[in-house]
Amino acid sequence: MSDLTSLTIAKARESLRKKEFSATELTEAYITAIEKAHILNAYIVETPDKARAMAKASDAKLAKGEGGPLEGIPLGIKDLYATKGVHTQACSHILDGFKPTYESTVTENLWRDGAVMLGKLNMDEFAMGSSNETSYYGNVINPWRRKNSNAALVPGGSSGGSASAVAAHICAAATATDTGGSIRQPAALTGTVGIKPTYGRCSRWGIVAFASSLDQAGPIARDVRDAAIMLKSMASVDPKDTTSVDLPVPDYEKAIGKSVKGLRIGIPKEYRADGMSSEIEALWDKGAQWLKEQGAEIVEISLPHTKYALPAYYIVAPAEASSNLARYDGVRYGLRVPGDDIVDMYEKSRAAGFGPEVQRRILIGTYVLSAGYYDAYYVRAQKIRTLIKRDFEQAWDKVDVVLTPATPSAAFAPGEISDPVQMYLNDIFTVTVNMAGLPGIAVPAGVSKDGLPLGLQLIGKAFDEGTLFTAAAAIEQVAGGYQAPKWW
Amino acid sequence: MSVDQATVRRVAKLARIKVKEENVERLAGELNSILHWIEQLNEVNVEGVEPMTSVVTVKMKKRADVVTDGSNPHDVVENAPAAEDDYFLVPKVIE
Repeated sequence: MSDLTSLTIAKARESLRKKEFSATELTEAYITAIEKAHILNAYIVETPDKARAMAKASDAKLAKGEGGPLEGIPLGIKDLYATKGVHTQACSHILDGFKPTYESTVTENLWRDGAVMLGKLNMDEFAMGSSNETSYYGNVINPWRRKNSNAALVPGGSSGGSASAVAAHICAAATATDTGGSIRQPAALTGTVGIKPTYGRCSRWGIVAFASSLDQAGPIARDVRDAAIMLKSMASVDPKDTTSVDLPVPDYEKAIGKSVKGLRIGIPKEYRADGMSSEIEALWDKGAQWLKEQGAEIVEISLPHTKYALPAYYIVAPAEASSNLARYDGVRYGLRVPGDDIVDMYEKSRAAGFGPEVQRRILIGTYVLSAGYYDAYYVRAQKIRTLIKRDFEQAWDKVDVVLTPATPSAAFAPGEISDPVQMYLNDIFTVTVNMAGLPGIAVPAGVSKDGLPLGLQLIGKAFDEGTLFTAAAAIEQVAGGYQAPKWW
Repeated sequence: MSVDQATVRRVAKLARIKVKEENVERLAGELNSILHWIEQLNEVNVEGVEPMTSVVTVKMKKRADVVTDGSNPHDVVENAPAAEDDYFLVPKVIE
């Protein structure tokens, strides 16, 4: 039997139904692969016993022909998702020892559909980072390396563990979350597919909150079809999340293989930022050309407020984070550092529990919300957000989907970017999508001169994920898949 | 607008984060460089623009005002660093 971990969800699902192997065999193959891949530091907690029990239950269901859409499929779960009785810390020291007494809606949906949990995946602390260097549990290593080099590279962030694990085949797919690009940027840097659905498509209930008006759950998977299969199960209408939108979840897989003939693809001129690398520009042109050759129409459009999305994001996101993270006070859960009085205890616990990037963002957020500055910063940023959304609404008169690069560069080395603002610029192409609440998908489309994967991003209308899967599959069909050479 | 060291101390106090005196200067520098970069937003004409309150155009959902959860105090304090008889324990706040 060939290596079971090399199978996509679609292929494994087929074989499990035909009983070519069991869910237990598939899970054991992943448990072995995870043990051999510790150097990547993608998993912070492994749950092999739980995985075996879930696989056994899946085998019983499959034997009766009662398997769910993900029956027996082994997944990795980002540490941001509450998993009952299992380590859930958003990779922060401040949630030390936290084991929720409840399960997030998204993971509950996955287990309902038969998926198997392999463990919890590393991430930037509280999802704040673009390189997975802010995790309390250490850096994640990208399975990809530059040509003729053994130097470690970052997998992107904040869903760096998810992206690395999917690229290294140590889970069939993974859950991730995206507040400013945290699904799409790591997917692009690891040659995987990541989709951030429309705000309100997946329930946020049981996902550790970062910036509530921007946070959205989504999958990272090996190909477009697997991403569609994952999103179908993750998405739902949830009475426990008032921002969960009352719309039925379509069968996204049906969108794959549809023709892009006549589809209008927008190329926003403002994304041709000064200093864009020639290889990113060439990749973008190539992607547009591929879609054109398949019958799509390429239309130049303008999204005039693009350049303001990132600075506005760095008001809105830290402001919401400073409020959300106020709950970590050393009283209800996690770390407590004793103090002279209760305020001293709060201050010492938070100083010891939050890492430098998280502290920086809480301070920025507190500052922009403080008396006298609220209108100048927060209200102005929310007005700019209205303008960013309006830009897209006007674009939808002319086009059905927007094509952009996913990231300004390929994967970089740990420590290579130390200036916070330079690190923030990693999200320059992805953050507009969160600000406007729209769906965006990153799909691998080529390699850099150093042999590293590069991704393109497609942006769609609200709740039109189906068209994104159609267009992304059309790019994937020409670009092919990208597999990191195994060195670990 | 520029953040001085006194502002860093004040904001850290508001955020309930103990900042070591030797880190105040570095933090002031970092916050200033982020705020300076953000200042480009002042170029945008926002005259007459409504601030965004909801990113998707939906009506806020309401549910019936009935109890759907609760009566599980043990679960609530399960993860507390200090608890007794289903109460959170904190340092004494009232003399």
